Amino acid sequence: MPHAVSFQKVSRHFGSVRAVDAVDLEVEPGEFFAMLGPSGSGKTTCLRLIAGFEQPTSGHIEIFGETAEGVPPYRRNVNTVFQDYALFPHLNVADNVAYGLMIRGVGGTERLREAEAALEMVKLPGYGARKPGELSGGQRQRVALARALVNKPKVLLLDEPLGALDLKLREQMQDELRLLQKSLGITFVFVTHDQGEALSMADRIAVFNHGRIMQTGTPEEIYRRPKTRFVADFVGSSNVLSPALTQRLGGPAEWASLRPEDIRLSTEGAEAVVTATSFLGSATRVTLDLAGEKLTVLHPAGAPVPAPGAKVRIAWDKAALHLMGPEA
Amino acid sequence: MSASALKATAILPGRGGIGGALSDAFWRKPTLLLFVLLTPPLLWLGIIYLGSLFALLVQSFFSIDEFSGLVVREFTLKTYGELLRPANLDIIVRTLTMAALVTIASAILAFPIAYFAARYAKGRWKAVFYLGVMLPLWSSYLVKVYAWKLILAKEGILTWIFDKLHLTVLIDSWLALPVVGGNSLSVSPTGTFLVFVYVWLPFMILPVQAALERVPSNLLEASADLGAAPRQTFLNVLLPLALPGIIAGSIFTFSLTLGDYIIPQIVGTSHLYIGMAVYAHQGTAGNIPLAAAFTVVPVVIMGIYLWLAKRAGAFDAL
Amino acid sequence: MRSDRHTRAPLRLKIAAGIGLAFLHLPILLIFLYAFTTEEKSYQFPPPGLTLKWFAVTWNRPDVWEALGLSVRVASISTVVALTLGTLCAAAISQTRFFGREAISLLVILPIALPGIITGISLRSAFNLAEIPFSFWTIVLGHATFCVVVVYNNAVARFRRMSGSLIEASMDLGADGFQTFRHVILPNIGTALLAGGMLAFALSFDEVIVTTFTAGQQATLPIWMLEELVRPRQRPVTNVVAMVVVLVTFLPILAAYYLTRDGDQISGQGK
Repeated sequence: MPHAVSFQKVSRHFGSVRAVDAVDLEVEPGEFFAMLGPSGSGKTTCLRLIAGFEQPTSGHIEIFGETAEGVPPYRRNVNTVFQDYALFPHLNVADNVAYGLMIRGVGGTERLREAEAALEMVKLPGYGARKPGELSGGQRQRVALARALVNKPKVLLLDEPLGALDLKLREQMQDELRLLQKSLGITFVFVTHDQGEALSMADRIAVFNHGRIMQTGTPEEIYRRPKTRFVADFVGSSNVLSPALTQRLGGPAEWASLRPEDIRLSTEGAEAVVTATSFLGSATRVTLDLAGEKLTVLHPAGAPVPAPGAKVRIAWDKAALHLMGPEA
Repeated sequence: MSASALKATAILPGRGGIGGALSDAFWRKPTLLLFVLLTPPLLWLGIIYLGSLFALLVQSFFSIDEFSGLVVREFTLKTYGELLRPANLDIIVRTLTMAALVTIASAILAFPIAYFAARYAKGRWKAVFYLGVMLPLWSSYLVKVYAWKLILAKEGILTWIFDKLHLTVLIDSWLALPVVGGNSLSVSPTGTFLVFVYVWLPFMILPVQAALERVPSNLLEASADLGAAPRQTFLNVLLPLALPGIIAGSIFTFSLTLGDYIIPQIVGTSHLYIGMAVYAHQGTAGNIPLAAAFTVVPVVIMGIYLWLAKRAGAFDAL
Repeated sequence: MRSDRHTRAPLRLKIAAGIGLAFLHLPILLIFLYAFTTEEKSYQFPPPGLTLKWFAVTWNRPDVWEALGLSVRVASISTVVALTLGTLCAAAISQTRFFGREAISLLVILPIALPGIITGISLRSAFNLAEIPFSFWTIVLGHATFCVVVVYNNAVARFRRMSGSLIEASMDLGADGFQTFRHVILPNIGTALLAGGMLAFALSFDEVIVTTFTAGQQATLPIWMLEELVRPRQRPVTNVVAMVVVLVTFLPILAAYYLTRDGDQISGQGK
């Protein structure tokens, strides 16, 4: 079985800017794949390369084993949920959802029936007669999703689809998207800058920076075993220890990452000074100064919290210290 | 059913036909699409229009044979030299003075309307003000000129109003003045000036309003809060911020006055303006080179004016 | 003290703004009164009496009908040409980035930014040089040239408001370039084009300066009026024609306003 999406040494340059720089990428069929990275890291350009809105400067792209370069978006069986939803303002919700079917020549009654079914799937039954302008942000997002899914694409691309929603709605949509993807079995490629979203939703994640993929792996791998300082810092804001500090703490002279929740305040171990504390509800974040380097600790709620200026000792399980090599 | 059969592949076949091929080609080479889009307008505007302008410019470097009245197609600056004759210089100075006065008067009249529309008119009143400026702007130029011929006529409404107010002596003494006066208002420079201001005023109001709408009202409150009297706020805050709009509007009033030949012909004296001179030279006199040289004058003046306006940042308010 | 000043200033402003608006509108209203006057030899005010007979007289004047017919035909064809050229230009400018966009915007605005007399005499001398006889088509050529800008301005404003991803969304859903134009672009810019077309029609219908240079022996309605203004012969007929012209040009302007009022404004860079 071919990969759902495969990039081979794909680059996209805009003048002298290398938006995507020799990227190799494989997305498996039926997978929920997240492309994670800060803005300008090349993840959205990769999505646009799959959709066909951009053409690669060099390299080779395949979608389900078929060459995609030189194929315009309207000939790719791939659909996109846009960041701003891009609903057609002159059409009502039903006609928006039925647009792809209408273009393919599906008859009026049949396409409206399919559109209504798609609207039911995104929990907006009976909304067909409304105009996009009369909907809330969350509803528009669902319409955009229905409009893409009604075409039964081989790959569904989602460009920061939850970015404009408020926190509660976002969490609810995360669960729904995940369920929808599993039940339809369609490959989802999802672009986000929110590491929490990527960790909670995706089967696999590719972390982007400066037009390159820094690491690809399951959420667990990315979180527990970051390969580079960037990944460690960007995913879950880990403590990144310099080789000198790692060595001082009894490890080899290598870069290392240490998760804040893996550190505990103890009676023995390295000595550090508390510089600040902030209450987060489920825990307290304690910022420490350890031999001139900053370190954060997630201190469980309920336990007594040291005051700023206090001297504390810290400890962790040996396995928690993740080594990334001397040149990470 | 055919739809689901198509669904088997990730890449769909092309639609075929000329449309499909063209559409694919436009996607692959966006510059091709750009070329197709731009060719017709560029052919029309770039070749026909710019070509005509250029041909006119070339002709201004020809001259006319004084005996045969035929155009001599040889390069010469003689025709431009003729512009410097006192009679022709007079025309240029008269037109420039009129354009400047019209611009200043329009700015003064436009400001309160634009300011009120930008800051105080809300909802329905905003629409009223907008249409109140748009309708006169777009309504027939000749009809507007004609209306003033009715107003300024010796037997017209203005004379009647002054007569009822027993102020006829005011008009008479104004008309007795040199330079601005004349037999009646409809054949005096004053009349020409009034019509010019009336016809071009909307062109000043719109850009000034656009500029004022961009002034945040809390800026004015801040100025008042800092102890500035309304006059000081106006001079130190509002006017500088509205200036780009006024300059943008003045581009219209100035340029339109420079090129007009109908208003001074219908409401005015026998003294010529640039537009009338161009018209006369190309028409009855058949002196195309001199007419062409005359048209270069407003172009050069507007070029300088636009350059200065650009430096003052007036184009953001257009 | 301070609040005192605040309430007084707008009142003075209100009066000044009101006088300004009255100054803009009263002269046009005066035209309506004169259309009914019984006086036919002068512009006497107040009119000695009111009558409807000049409407009948005007109705039976073949020269007025001929001029009106020519104006309508010229304006219609010029509008069609301007719609085509203006839309193409606006699409090119808004949908792509390329070197020289500024120059093209300038080129479109130039025929209206330069005094009409320059456009007129340039075209006239170019026709003379190329030995093209004056005809219906030379008038259209001149009118279409300066009408492009109003269509262009309206279309560019609407393109700017249209989310760029709409076109991508359409292509993503399987529509090729032509289907996207028909199903997405045209419905979204349609009212702006209609508004631009109406303004172009009004602009062409009313134009006199360029027309005097490109018309030869034919008289459009404004040319007919201009002759009456220079040498008044039938004042009452002219009064009626002026009133009708005002009414006829107001309709497309009002329509254009209502078509574009949410968001972009009709560009004021007319004439």
